[in-house]
Amino acid sequence: MSQNKLKAARPLSPHLQIYSPMLTMTMSIMNRLTGIGLYFGIMIFTWWLMAAASGPAYFNWVNSLLDTFLGKFVLLLATWGFFHHMFGGIRHFIWDFAKGFNLATVETMARIGVVGPVIITGVLWYMLCN
Amino acid sequence: MVQLTLPKKSKPKQGKTWNKPENGGNWREFHIYRWSPDDDENPQIDTYFVDMDDCGPMVLDGIIWIKNKIDPTLTFRRSCREGICGSCSMNIDGSNTLACTKGLDEIKGAVKIYPLPHMAVVKDLVPDLSHFYAQHRSIEPWLKTTTPEPQKEWKQSIEDRAELDGLYECILCACCSTSCPSYWWNSDRYLGPAALLQAYRWVADSRDEATGERLDNLEDPFRLYRCHTIMNCAKACPKGLSPAKAIAELKKKLVERKY
Repeated sequence: MSQNKLKAARPLSPHLQIYSPMLTMTMSIMNRLTGIGLYFGIMIFTWWLMAAASGPAYFNWVNSLLDTFLGKFVLLLATWGFFHHMFGGIRHFIWDFAKGFNLATVETMARIGVVGPVIITGVLWYMLCN
Repeated sequence: MVQLTLPKKSKPKQGKTWNKPENGGNWREFHIYRWSPDDDENPQIDTYFVDMDDCGPMVLDGIIWIKNKIDPTLTFRRSCREGICGSCSMNIDGSNTLACTKGLDEIKGAVKIYPLPHMAVVKDLVPDLSHFYAQHRSIEPWLKTTTPEPQKEWKQSIEDRAELDGLYECILCACCSTSCPSYWWNSDRYLGPAALLQAYRWVADSRDEATGERLDNLEDPFRLYRCHTIMNCAKACPKGLSPAKAIAELKKKLVERKY
């Protein structure tokens, strides 16, 4: 029997290409991405702390870099990423108690997870800039 | 491993249109994934038109109509046509469900049908479920006891029996497992939502005396903990169960027994 030969020839059915996008699935991906992003964010933060420890000249130079448009943009992104990841973390914390699995609740939590971080980031930056 | 694209030989191509209705009438367009092991071709998406005045209301009615009236080679599994056997699970309109309980009126535009995602295709809409069943076997889905058997049946209070609601109804259709991205990337080591829901069904059973052993078998970075609560499983389940919650209960039990 050519069983093995047939098996090897079997195609893999389409997956990501055909599955309907859903908010919950997207939030899971975003939680990953912001997690990876924060990995680099914390490097910038550490670099900034080290600059502060190493003397005023270097610290001022680092601060001037972060004060550019690009620097501010990266910091804004990091702030949003921080809160986005935190909201995701809280959601997962609730789930860890095996609570909040009702599909309507899941959807509501996902929506809060989208809007909440944007509002907090906005308010925080508004306060920082004024 | 995460592989976002399909292997070259698995990429579906534009297939043929079987019957183009000439004039008026109540026709519904179906786009269906086809693959045959008999030639060396890539999978293809064929187009069929179903006469809705001559066909039942469900997606399954549509594909049976096609098989009877247009193309007898169209291959799919089906049996009970009432959502209890779990045979006709497939990806319809972008999500996994049973063709027999999915109404055609729930779908906008052409009805797109694929086999369950990220599975080896045997033919057309029939995926190879051997590994899926083996995973179910691996969680030992039967009552395990150490105390001597009672004279009659193993008794259970009404409250304890209620613990199994939302678990026992699983029909092993594989809609949940094959909707799960974690299962797509790691099905070789991750048990997937269906097998884990079954695992919890036995952990939750007051008559079962192998809870410790069952939890030991699950305490593994892959077998259980590849679940990242993505929620596709609970959204796909045609029986309205929540494998995600069952998995969360398992994780909770594993934490609780440490303290």
